[in-house]
Amino acid sequence: MNIDKNARYLTSHEWARKDGAKVIVGISDHAQEALGDIVFIELPEIGKTLKKGDTFGVVESVKAASDVYLPMSGKVVAVNEALAGDPALVNKEPYTGGWFLAIEPSNPAEWDTLLTPAAYETEAGKE
Amino acid sequence: MNQTRLHAWHIAAGAKMAPFAGYDMPISYPLGSVEEHLVTRRSVGLFDIDHMGQVEVTGPGADAFVSGLVSARVLDMKDNDARYSLLLNERGTVIDDLFVYKIPGAWWIVVNASNRLEDVAWMHEYVRAHTLTNVTIVDRSEETYMIAVQGPRAIELLDLVSDAKISGYPRFTSGRAKVLGVPCLVGRTGYTGEDGVELFFPAESAEKLWTGLLAEGKKRGIEVEAIGLAARDSLRFEAGMPLHGHEINQEIYPLEAGFKWACDFDKEFVGKAALERLAAAGVTRKLIGLEVQGGVPREGYEVQDGTGRTIGKVVAGMFCPTVKKFAANAFVEPGFAKSGTEIKVLIRGKPVTAVVVKRPLYVPAYRR
Repeated sequence: MNIDKNARYLTSHEWARKDGAKVIVGISDHAQEALGDIVFIELPEIGKTLKKGDTFGVVESVKAASDVYLPMSGKVVAVNEALAGDPALVNKEPYTGGWFLAIEPSNPAEWDTLLTPAAYETEAGKE
Repeated sequence: MNQTRLHAWHIAAGAKMAPFAGYDMPISYPLGSVEEHLVTRRSVGLFDIDHMGQVEVTGPGADAFVSGLVSARVLDMKDNDARYSLLLNERGTVIDDLFVYKIPGAWWIVVNASNRLEDVAWMHEYVRAHTLTNVTIVDRSEETYMIAVQGPRAIELLDLVSDAKISGYPRFTSGRAKVLGVPCLVGRTGYTGEDGVELFFPAESAEKLWTGLLAEGKKRGIEVEAIGLAARDSLRFEAGMPLHGHEINQEIYPLEAGFKWACDFDKEFVGKAALERLAAAGVTRKLIGLEVQGGVPREGYEVQDGTGRTIGKVVAGMFCPTVKKFAANAFVEPGFAKSGTEIKVLIRGKPVTAVVVKRPLYVPAYRR
């Protein structure tokens, strides 16, 4: 199971990573492995404002549809257009090419509530 | 839960396992079901389908028995012919779909894992009800192993490792051959839409034949991979083949699901009268294929017309790796069954635009 040491995590396997003033969001290697081949991803519109814990989209794999939850509150400023044509990017590069969206965080202090890489590794290892 | 003899091999190969028809089966391997599907369509896929059943019918009354039991015409079958058929109950609905092989001296009937016990019980009940004394029915499933070898290079591979010229077998025929030294009944049939075979052989040779085919493929530069049940489903789905429990079941009539062609109304068969009554009355629903732009239209999802009225239900749906479409099979009111008709599928509470399409979605170029 790969972990991005620069990211922080939710127990539901989403990651968040600071990128200047923005925060990039995706799902972990553990999540993509458990989901299997991902075939479709539903992402929100740019400009949408969401709160930490909100369902921001759906990941459809061969076997099931799974909600994905937002690690930090904010406004969606970018979505990964590449995923429409190549949803398998999430399986191949969960922390880089398979990113889902970028937000402008409205409450940066929420970063401290997220699981550190070590804490997430322990959590995910329990499953 | 039951296991096939290759269970340990699947686990060691890193397969994701899950129960199917009472067996712990490989759903996909580390390659992933999408790639497994694509490998089968471009080269060779190996399928452990030992959970399926095989019934041997012999005796002077066997021909008449099989003819009365199954929906398809069988009395014109020559030795080594193989044919698809349905097993119907008196109501005319589908107990199972099966493959009937006429082999010298016997009938070899291949049934779904999920219905094996019911099918065998039904056969015995038929014998009892008709007081037949000259038919012997033996369930050979335990001692018989079954694997499928499917794909455009499957026959090429088999010719290299068999003592008979498998490429000389016409499609929908069978023959006896030694594959890697293992005596097999080789049927040139399959459940993927591709060319290939289903092999029936003594169960104790399972590992030898399975690992041997993989090794020979590697040695000879023919891409061969183990394929799990998830890819088996997407392959049969693209090829327009039914899966019992979805497109056909004991509540579905063959006439609703486009299987009139598998019923020979010129002979007697169980369920014939019920189907004739239905044909006269007209079906109240039809099986269609549909496509959506995005999102997976899964089993159980509602199909609606443009006004939001429910007109049917999805029985199977998925992303199709070869045609690269999100498609489903659904039963809908007959008025909506024409190709090109615009309908909606309720995907997670949202009506998504869909269009009725012709089935099958895919036929390999070499079979068009």
